[in-house]
Amino acid sequence: MVTTAERVAPLRVKDLKSGIKPIWCPGCGDYGILSSFFQAIINLKLDPAKVAVVSGIGCSGRFPAFARVYGFHGVHGRALPTATGLKVARPDLTVFAMSGDGDAFSIGGGHIAHAARRNVDITYIVMDNEIYGLTKGQPSATSPPDILELSLSGKTKGSRKGMVGLLDIHKVEEALNPILMALAYNASFVARAFSGRPKELTAIIEEGVRHKGFSFIQVMSPCVTFFNTYNHFRETVVPLPEDHDPSDRMRAMALAMEPNKTYVGIFYRDETRPSLEERLEEYRQQLSPTSMEELLARFTR
Amino acid sequence: MSNESLVIRIGGEAGEGIVTIGETLVRIAAFSGLEVFTFRTYPAEIIGGQVMYQARIGREQVLSMGDDVDILVAANQLGHDEHIGELRPGGLLVYDSDAVTPAEGGDHLSYAVPFTQLAREINFLRGRNLIVVGFLTSLMGLPLDRAEQMVRRRLGKYKELLPSNLEALHKGYTHHQEHFAERPEFQIRPPEDGGEERLVMTGAQAIALGALAAGCRFYAGYPITPATDIMEFLSKELPRMGGTIIQAEDEIAAVTMAIGASFGGVKAMTATSGPGLALMIEALGLASMTEVPLVIVDAQRAGPSTGMPTKTSQGDLFLALYAGADEAPRFVLAPDSVEDSFYQMINAFNLAERFQMPVILLSDQAMATRVETIRPIDLSQIHQEKRRIPSLDRPEGNGYLRYALTEDGISPMAIPGMPGMTYTAEGLEHDESGAPSYVPEVHRAMTEKRFRKVETARKELHRWGLVNRWGDPQAEIAILSWGSTQSAVREAMERAAKEGILVEALFTKILLPMPDYEIRPFLEGKRAIIVPELNYQGMFAKVIEHRYSEQIIRNNIQVYRLNKYEGLPFKPGEIYAKIVEVAQRLTAGVLADRFLDEKLASV
Ligand SMILES: Cc1ncc(C[n+]2csc(CCOP(=O)(O)OP(=O)(O)O)c2C)c(N)n1
Ligand code: SF4
Repeated sequence: MVTTAERVAPLRVKDLKSGIKPIWCPGCGDYGILSSFFQAIINLKLDPAKVAVVSGIGCSGRFPAFARVYGFHGVHGRALPTATGLKVARPDLTVFAMSGDGDAFSIGGGHIAHAARRNVDITYIVMDNEIYGLTKGQPSATSPPDILELSLSGKTKGSRKGMVGLLDIHKVEEALNPILMALAYNASFVARAFSGRPKELTAIIEEGVRHKGFSFIQVMSPCVTFFNTYNHFRETVVPLPEDHDPSDRMRAMALAMEPNKTYVGIFYRDETRPSLEERLEEYRQQLSPTSMEELLARFTR
Repeated sequence: MSNESLVIRIGGEAGEGIVTIGETLVRIAAFSGLEVFTFRTYPAEIIGGQVMYQARIGREQVLSMGDDVDILVAANQLGHDEHIGELRPGGLLVYDSDAVTPAEGGDHLSYAVPFTQLAREINFLRGRNLIVVGFLTSLMGLPLDRAEQMVRRRLGKYKELLPSNLEALHKGYTHHQEHFAERPEFQIRPPEDGGEERLVMTGAQAIALGALAAGCRFYAGYPITPATDIMEFLSKELPRMGGTIIQAEDEIAAVTMAIGASFGGVKAMTATSGPGLALMIEALGLASMTEVPLVIVDAQRAGPSTGMPTKTSQGDLFLALYAGADEAPRFVLAPDSVEDSFYQMINAFNLAERFQMPVILLSDQAMATRVETIRPIDLSQIHQEKRRIPSLDRPEGNGYLRYALTEDGISPMAIPGMPGMTYTAEGLEHDESGAPSYVPEVHRAMTEKRFRKVETARKELHRWGLVNRWGDPQAEIAILSWGSTQSAVREAMERAAKEGILVEALFTKILLPMPDYEIRPFLEGKRAIIVPELNYQGMFAKVIEHRYSEQIIRNNIQVYRLNKYEGLPFKPGEIYAKIVEVAQRLTAGVLADRFLDEKLASV
């Protein structure tokens, strides 16, 4: 396919910046994810020309434009299938998919089960701010039911209120537990990180890329403008227990269900499952190759 | 004496092998050197329900499914009751005397054949279908050795079943020989020389083969009748050609997967029907905006919502032409036969690659499922358009502009992996580099750029062979249409010519952009145009009336719509009747009920 020149000099962060200044609000959690993403690429010694980032729509969706890698900014909720098509067509690329929580769990929620089931080798980073940022503060599937009270209580320092009516009526719904969902879907790599703890985040992204299969990473990424949860996460974020064995899916589920704790780390990983591209290649290898001539001959009388 | 063509229809319960009988018979005929053209209906039920399989078999190229039925085979009572009205006077009814009580009277011959009883005699109840095939082989004067060969071919590796199957075939064959006289009016003799070289395939297979020949190596789709046949065929062959196929979780996933693959540099497509295309429309806009080549096939079916999944229609024309948020340029192609489906798929991929745009190809249920004998395909004549890519020898980081504003609108597209050319395919409005931009001048320039590609295409299209024009250029009556109505129109015109009515027809295989360079000269000298379509609104007629209004009004051309919306294709007789009516009106000086200028005034 396409040949790439070997890189000689080690990459620096500035080599990875596209030159387009992020449009994110100052202090937005998404900056932390972008930095960790750069650092992970450097640490993994990836060739930026062989990296592709596919995103959906939202503040989070703007991500690819800021990085000097191949990017695809698609439609709302479809980062996963777009990335899946790209990865199976071009297994030589390192493919990331990026979504916000609305993009991932609401409009695009139907795709996660299938990416997990297929175990396509992409690293899926959900930049979860528990609110719709771009559209100015509606509740999302991960918003706590009492999101309006929290906003008004002053605990979410500096936040604007967002759309009060929608945030208020959100109390009639329950929030989704994305980690539990990903575990139930049997994603082969399930992790959580906090954009306020960049070292762990970088390490988790690296592990996600190294993992040959579908890596689901929920990154708590506060929206300072509409739901500033930095203080909340600084208080509740704790590393997973040291004795947690990431091959233990039941324990991972139990940990994901623990109330009042935001565990960060790798909940689950299964390195034994081949990826979709590997399986497709294996499938192809078992077939006898054919040609147009041979196919047409079959229809000739 | 032998016939030039015969129409045979088989009606009965689905799952009883009606389709197998039809498909086997058709292949015996085709492989004996005859030409075939089939039409079938499907039951709505999963198991059971009535099916009908009709085959027109001819010594020369068969143009359409024909009008009346020469031979009706009724496998059950409903198969008799539903179709007996379409048997022509003097036709032949063959019925299973163990299952059917025929109506009294009727101006036709009747053969009672105890097919079920015969199957019992050889202790092979499931052999009934082949007994029918054997019977029909003898009745129609088809060669027995070809029939045996076809049975062998169908069984493939299940050789142990061969003796019992051949016995069933022979049972039916000899039953006819021993109990019924030879009747030339129901025979169709294959040409001595075995006929010209032909391929025998369905429209869906032609689409799939066309895609493969065009270089398609990625397919994602979600099952939907009648497009699934394309996916099923490709699931077997695409991996063998080194490609990839994925059954997606829905149509939105299917189309975005194809876009992802195409962004990665691999030719990609999806196929669906109207409801699926409706779901894909947002992503169609994405492909248009990000300028990613994409091919979407729509095998149209009848009705909005779930409608009539197993019936045919041409009602997705507006959806294909116009659907989407704001303005998203695209191409729309429409093959007009099974054979043409192959070639238009190649055009579809070539247009997509050349112009980095989505292409919708409109087929329909009747054309996708029917079997046709088509002329041989010369693979050496097939051209594969190469995507325009940036030259690799530029210094790294030297400001590659993915969406460079060029004269023809086409900008070189880097493929991921190319060093120094990273960019973001941007679904937001963007500047030349791909950076998001809402600057008014940028949106204006980029909108013009995207549409400029259509204008560039317009200039090139005359070279793509996208129009089918035939008949008498002196004719004052014209038929202007698209898609699968072509077959009935062609045959109706032959009948009209025999009656001395001159007609000229033009079928365009490209509907967006319209081939003005062909249609404008075609309309000159015409006094009436008939636009037959399988939809209620006369969608194509509206397009024509609107686009060529000036010429139509200036030349006082009357536009006659002929719309059928029953889920069934046109019969040649229906088109012929309209031709006669229009011809009479022209001679009598009676004008069309509705004039375009009146209509425009009343809008
Ligand atoms: C089909 C469609 N529906 C709705 C929208 C409007 N929209 C844009 S972003 C968004 C939600 C963004 O929230 P989230 O995914 O959480 O991302 P964030 O902005 O918080 O990063 C919505 C509803 C759209 N762009 N497309
Ligand atoms: S609105 Fe919220 S999520 Fe969006 S950029 Fe601002 S802080 Fe970030």
